[in-house]
Amino acid sequence: MTDPIEAPRRKNPLLRTRLPTSPPRARSRTSHGFTRAAAEGRFMLQRCEACGKFTYPAREACPMCLSARLVFVDAPPRGTLLAETTARVPSDVYFRERAPWRVGLVKMDCGPTMISHLHADCAEGVAVRMSFQLDKSGQAVAFARPEAETPNMADDRQWREMSADPKFRRVFVTNGRSAIGREAALALKAAGANVVFVGIAEPWRPFAGEELLRGQDGIELVNFDAANEKSTGDLAADIGGKVDILVNTTEYVRPGGLLDRKGTSIARDEIDHAYLGFINLAQAFGPVMRMRGADGINNSVAWVNILSVHALANWPAFGAYSASQAACLSLSHCLRAELRPGGIKLMNVFTGPVDTEWFQTVPPPKVAPRAIAQAVVAGLRGGLEEMYVGDVAEEIRQRLAANPKALERELDR
Amino acid sequence: MHSKTLLDLAGAIASGAVRVIDLSFTLSPDFPVIVLPPEFGQAAPVRIQEISRYDARGPAWYWNNVTFGEHTGTHFDAPIHWFTGKDLANNAVDTMPAKDMIAPACVIDCSAQAAQDPDFVLTVPIVEAWEARHGRIPSRHWVLLRTDWSKKGWRDYSNLRDDGAHTPGPNAAVMKWLVEERGIIGFGTETIGTDAGQAGHFEPPYPAHHFLHGAGRYGLQCLCNLDQLPPIGAIVVASPLKIQNGSGSPLRVIALVSSA
Repeated sequence: MTDPIEAPRRKNPLLRTRLPTSPPRARSRTSHGFTRAAAEGRFMLQRCEACGKFTYPAREACPMCLSARLVFVDAPPRGTLLAETTARVPSDVYFRERAPWRVGLVKMDCGPTMISHLHADCAEGVAVRMSFQLDKSGQAVAFARPEAETPNMADDRQWREMSADPKFRRVFVTNGRSAIGREAALALKAAGANVVFVGIAEPWRPFAGEELLRGQDGIELVNFDAANEKSTGDLAADIGGKVDILVNTTEYVRPGGLLDRKGTSIARDEIDHAYLGFINLAQAFGPVMRMRGADGINNSVAWVNILSVHALANWPAFGAYSASQAACLSLSHCLRAELRPGGIKLMNVFTGPVDTEWFQTVPPPKVAPRAIAQAVVAGLRGGLEEMYVGDVAEEIRQRLAANPKALERELDR
Repeated sequence: MHSKTLLDLAGAIASGAVRVIDLSFTLSPDFPVIVLPPEFGQAAPVRIQEISRYDARGPAWYWNNVTFGEHTGTHFDAPIHWFTGKDLANNAVDTMPAKDMIAPACVIDCSAQAAQDPDFVLTVPIVEAWEARHGRIPSRHWVLLRTDWSKKGWRDYSNLRDDGAHTPGPNAAVMKWLVEERGIIGFGTETIGTDAGQAGHFEPPYPAHHFLHGAGRYGLQCLCNLDQLPPIGAIVVASPLKIQNGSGSPLRVIALVSSA
């Protein structure tokens, strides 16, 4: 079993904060099939369409029949640990700092043998559950965990390098005025966060559910308006150095596309809140988060955006809003790359219409704010990069992959 | 008028014999704005974006880009702001007569009543009682309603509840009377808006806007330091930005007060 991690003590101000380092980054283009799988929390391997055999690592041709028809498909993740070893003095800086480090060979039930990082509770000859995880350089690596839950499983030292578990971490939820922000704050606190700072813009304006947040142990309301450059700078000056997980719950939903709207003032508000707010947030909090990527048990680990799935495919009924979300999605890829040297994960949580007032006339299925909050926690624990919450989001993901043009036509109604 | 009078005024300002009182709030992103139902267009709050601050973006200078709605912070309402004033001549901030930007003020202190009742409304009898002490309100004077509302924290200042804002203001009768019987040049308040928070339920709705602007008069709101003004004798200088066809603008409102 794993020893539970202990609540981090206050930092010793005489010690320098360790800078983040990264594990090796080079991958072949084909190997990014695993990156995609890891980003979404799926276990995928290449399988030969000619002979049906699974293969690993990524190849250009099937080692069994030499066919080039290798495609990434979801694969059964069960295997058995054949052998394990512990690297005590690795030459790579990242692993040297984290040594001893266990790796092993896992014989997969579906065929291939994989070299893998190991959870401490994996024993030779025993079944394991294999997954692809994104490491601190953002690349997919194989990680074997015990097949069944073990005590304090998520506290494993090597696993915690792959995940962004809220336990003992300090979280900043940027917008607590929305139901999503409120639920996210409560869910992250319940998931073991040390403290959840919750941004409240325009505190003079009452909002629904305020009493649920106020006075809650471990939840701290802070004056914060992402669209206000000074506000973001001021708050980062106060708490920037202790934000380990940032959850961007900016929400500015207005119906309408182009022709049935008049002028640009609503679009400007959408951009102001969602896009410029994102820039303000990133510039204020990003640099210090990136610098604190190796800062102990409660190092900074993740940035989360809640985005409309219509960032991926415009929904004309909410067309201008979709465009503002697409802009944020693009920006998120920039931020992901810029946070990379710190080992900070950037997770986008895509949702369909949420069960809130602005989607009142939209028929179900709609996503409950609590489901989004739970997805955020699950995604952080799993170390994911992309999540699709609810039926609409999942359907759009699949239809976009199948035929984007068909999706465009079908959203136009 | 003899030019010496103006020089005397300048001298009096320099010597402190005439005090200059700033009636304006700082134009800041934190200042509450009027809240309309969300399906309506909204007043943009103040945004201040740094262009450079003695840094790589401009090594020797500091400056900002600033954006805001016309009705943000301490601001001026021109007649064109309301439907009743839409067809008047020279009804926008760029075309209004410059001489209207300087006028004397009568200050009616209702701070005690407003402290008791956030929905306090100014009525004709209250103004008549004020006139009994200070004399008839002369024409082309501002009437400024002192409530000490400007001294509140922002939440109490907006005082939004589930049935709307609860802040003091004038009733319909007194606005019609001030405009038609007293010929005031405008009406000023410390609250967000010349009208009471619940004035949407008055008849007509928003009577200060309705009657003032319908008659080509002006509004000032989000004023502060009214407690430093005498009931009569202060001169208000209120010159809005010259925004093309503007319905109003944030501005620096100052008052000249004789300290003698």
